[in-house]
Parts: sequence; structure tokens; C-alpha cells
Amino acid sequence: MQDIANLKELAEKAKEVRRLIIQMIAEANSGHPGGSLSMTDIITTLYFSIMNHRPANPAWEKRDRFVLSKGHACPAFYAVLALCGYFPVSELMNLRKLGSMLQGHPDRKVTPGVDFSTGSLGQGISAACGMALAGKIDKKNYRVYAIIGDGESQEGQVWEAAMSAAHYKLDNLCAFLDFNKLQIDGEVEKIMNIEPVVDKWKAFGWNTLRIDGHSIEQIIEAVGIAHKTKGKPTMIVADTIKGKGVSFMEGRVGFHGVAPTREQEQQALSELR
Amino acid sequence: MAEMVATRDAYGKALIKFGKMYPEMVVLDADTSSSTRTQWFYNEFPERFFNFGISEANMIGYAAGLSTCGKIPVVSTFACFGSGRVFEQVKISVCWPRLNVKIVVTHAGVSVGEDGASHQAVDDINLMRVLPNMTVIVPADGIETEKAIQYALENYGPFYIRLGRLKLPLVFDDNYEFVLGRMSTLRQGKDATIIACGLMINESIKASQILSDRGIEVRILNASSIKPIDKEAIILAAKETGVIITAEEHSIIGGLGSAVSEVLSTNLPCPVEMVGIADTFGQSGNPEELLKLFKIDADAIVEAVVRGMGRKGY
Ligand SMILES: Cc1ncc(C[n+]2csc(CCOP(=O)(O)OP(=O)(O)O)c2C)c(N)n1
Ligand SMILES: [Mg+2]
Repeated sequence: MQDIANLKELAEKAKEVRRLIIQMIAEANSGHPGGSLSMTDIITTLYFSIMNHRPANPAWEKRDRFVLSKGHACPAFYAVLALCGYFPVSELMNLRKLGSMLQGHPDRKVTPGVDFSTGSLGQGISAACGMALAGKIDKKNYRVYAIIGDGESQEGQVWEAAMSAAHYKLDNLCAFLDFNKLQIDGEVEKIMNIEPVVDKWKAFGWNTLRIDGHSIEQIIEAVGIAHKTKGKPTMIVADTIKGKGVSFMEGRVGFHGVAPTREQEQQALSELR
Repeated sequence: MAEMVATRDAYGKALIKFGKMYPEMVVLDADTSSSTRTQWFYNEFPERFFNFGISEANMIGYAAGLSTCGKIPVVSTFACFGSGRVFEQVKISVCWPRLNVKIVVTHAGVSVGEDGASHQAVDDINLMRVLPNMTVIVPADGIETEKAIQYALENYGPFYIRLGRLKLPLVFDDNYEFVLGRMSTLRQGKDATIIACGLMINESIKASQILSDRGIEVRILNASSIKPIDKEAIILAAKETGVIITAEEHSIIGGLGSAVSEVLSTNLPCPVEMVGIADTFGQSGNPEELLKLFKIDADAIVEAVVRGMGRKGY
């Protein structure tokens, strides 16, 4: 995979991903735009500038692994995979349709480039830890990346995983918390507060960083620090805006799992030019 | 008198034997390793054993992740915690992606004894059987346990292997060949067929002797392979003996009896008597008392055979 070094170009790529997210969800007339848009800069940067992977050979053993633990945000994941060349971009318009390789939540059996099946929140992070542990057992150099949600962080299994990853010293694991402050029913803080979340991860034994999750520069820098950290996994708590990039979706809980109408799609696309 | 071996002990030995043959095998446990006998593997291969502490859900997720990287994870805990406690993790992280994870649980059923209801899995066959891609095996003795573990290691995909705590008489010898989806005939008979699994095989053999003394000759089929189930053997038994008695250390809802009835009702309706735990929780007691209390011992099987034979031909 040819990395994009230029920050401006990466930002352009992220914008293209956002356009595709809007188009595919509008075409499917269902899906999760809010949490897809909030993690777009992170996943675009991972796949286009950080991860070691080969779209022509998705099963390449030495590849870096990625687990989207907040599986509902897969439109962003699928758009990035398509732009990387794992499958044609035109395939994105089959999202959520009968027989599609792009299921409503990631299914590793049918989508090239998907390392793990998710959709039930709290589970993916454990699997990512398992992949990192396998790397340790075999003394392989691949790294494992994962993205979890802030609402997802209410699941007990996340904290079981947190404890175990520190115990096994999985410094080949780098996770992001897409801290967009919203979940389905409203504000995370009001529904079930997860703060102080950086302190929690720190207390569980992780190297923790806090960044602006829409700053590509900060994402790259934080992953660089994670890479150099020995003996501990890294959690990058990324402050993000749910629905980022589309004015009428930003910070709106209503766009967690609702597709834009065709009119809204046009407006969103004009904002994302 | 046959040699007495607990299936969990046979499992502990098998882990060491196959650990040598399969370098990609890793064993996971959640603070039950001294009881499940995975500790025996730890003693031989400490670098391939992982204790997760008391976090079963996370352990299943690790197993899934490890398997995507070419490892063969064998995951153990008590049956109650390796099924119901992690049902959704097994469903979504293991069965849906069809990963190569082997869940081997011990202490199944009420024969756990004194620990009582919280520790007595009587619903796990039901829970695991319903999951697509899952294979469910309940070995009858120590020999079959080793063969089933070997089979699971040699064949890709999710497995649930259900073992017990008690020592049981060996039914098979080393020449026994385990074939997934095939029931072995332990005793021939024409009057009725008992289809049993796990420690109920032992109770069925005892029942067959009592019945034989009364002039009733039963066939006994070992249904260690609960899923896939041996349809041909069930249909043939219905044709040839006219009545089926199922026996399991599990709820009568959703277990072996249900699996057998599903085959019969859609192929060759025939009277079925189910020996199993009625719709109830377990309780403390010694195993023998509990098998009697819950009517899942040899006497209960004898009664069921007599009752079933009375229903023949209706
Ligand atoms: C175990 C589980 N419970 C409930 C859901 C339904 N669900 C889907 S998304 C979601 C909210 C997720 O919030 P968050 O993790 O903050 O995601 P984001 O805001 O990034 O979209 C819920 C409750 C689920 N997918 N899994
Ligand atoms: Mg959120």
C-alpha cells in the first residue's frame, strides 16, 4: 500500500470517504452516519498513512490488523477499504442489500479486508487483543489497531479486555476511543457517564493519549508515540464530533442510525466538496 | 469392573498429548484450570497457556482473535460459564465468523453435586446446539473424550465439548473410532432403543441389565455427537424397535431428547420418552442423590422404557 505522506492529501481522502459514507447510506436508506463520520479521519489516516497492508492480498500474514469494535460504523470502514482497492468503489452502493458483500455490520467471511466480525458492542476489542497476543506468541512484527465507541465503553467486556491487554503487555496494540460524546439515546455523560475515561485507561495500565480526533497531524503523531511505547498497549482518546463534516448531522443524536433523505444527501455532498 | 476415569482427567491428559503434536494449539482458562485440568497443560507448556482470571466473555473474544491469526485456541471453564455466561460472545465472535475455536467445558449437569444450581449447567446443550456452525459433542467416557478432542483439533470450526466432573466406567477401548455425526451401538436389542449421552450411557447400561432380567432387550445408541446428529441411526431404531427413550443429564427442553424428536417428527413419527431434568433448576446434594431426585438414573430409564413400550403402535 502506497502511503499518502501529505496531510492535505489525507484530508482530501477523508473528505472523499465522507462523501461515500453519505452516498452509500442514502442509497441503502439505512445505516449509521453519525459514528461513521466521527471516526473518518482516524480510519482514513490508519489505512492511507499508517498501516502496513496489501489490498491485493487481504490474507497477507504480515499485515497490520484492524478491528472496528463499534461495528455499526462500518460505512466508513467499507469506504476506506474500497478506496484502498480491496473491492470496487461501485460495490459500496450495495451496502445492506440482499446478498451484498457489505453487510449491515462487518462480516469477515464475505468482505475482503475485514479482519473481524463485529456488531455486538464490547466484543471486538477482546478479539483485537487476541490478535495482538498471537503476534506476541509468534514474535511477529505486525501491529493491531482497533476503534471503540464511547457508548460502547459502558460494556463490562471492554474493561475485561483493558485489564488483560495490560497484563499481557500488548504493546503491539493501539486502540482509539471515538469520543464523540453521543450514543443512541442521547449524551453519554447523561446516560451513563464514562468520565474520567483517560484516567480509567491509565489506571488499567495503558499508555494513554488524548488528541483532537479530526486532526490528522495529531493522529499520526499519537500513533507514532504508541509505536515507540514498550510494555503497554496504547489507548488514544480522540475527541470527535458525531456527524463531523455535515452541518445538520454534527452533534445530532438523531443521525446516529438514520439515513439522510435524497435532499439531505445532496446538501451534505455540497458541504463536502 | 471397568476402569473408572473422569472425562475431565482424560481431557487433561489429551491436552498434553496433542499439545506436543499441535504447536499452534493454545489453551485458555478463566481461573478454573485446577478443576478443568487445563493446569496439566500449563505445567507442560506454560508459554502456550493463558489464564484470564474471572473474565469469560473476554476470554472467548481472545480465542476468536487468536484463531484469526492461525492459533488453535482450546478454551475451558465450567459448563455453566462456558455456555450461558458467554452465549452471545460465542454466537457473534465465534460461530458467526466460523472460527477455529474449541470450547471444552467440564462440570456439566447436576452431577457437579454440592455446588448447587448456580454451577449446574442443564441448559447448555440447548444453547450451543442452536448456534449455526457449532458442533456439539458429549463424550460418554475418557476414551471417547480423547478421540473427540483429537477430532476437534483435526477439523476446522467451532466445537463445544461437554465433560463432567465424576469418574465414570470406561465404555470403549483404544480401538474405538469416533465418527462425528454417527451414533455407535453399544447394545443390540429389538424391544426399544435408548439414545443417551454422557454419563447417562452408564445409567443406560445399568438399566439394560435390569430390563434384560425382565426379558426386555433394549438397543443402546451413544449419541455423543449431538450436532450433527445421526438421523439414519434414529430412523432405523424407530423402524426396528418402534419406541425411543432418550436419556441426558440436561433439561428435557432443547437437549438430546429434542434433537431426536426433531428427526422423528419430520421423518418417522414414533413414541418418544424423554429422561432428563424436568423444567427446573438443580440444587445441592451428592451426585447420586441428585440423579435419583431428578429422575435421571437407571431406575428412571427402566420406567421410561416400560412406559414407552406400552405406547408402541398407537
Ligand atoms: C451489545 C450491544 N448493545 C446494543 C447495541 C445497539 N447499539 C448500536 S450502536 C449503539 C450506540 C453506540 O454508541 P457509541 O459506542 O458511542 O457509538 P458511536 O457514537 O460512535 O456511533 C447501540 C446501543 C449493540 N450494537 N450492541
Ligand atoms: Mg458515541
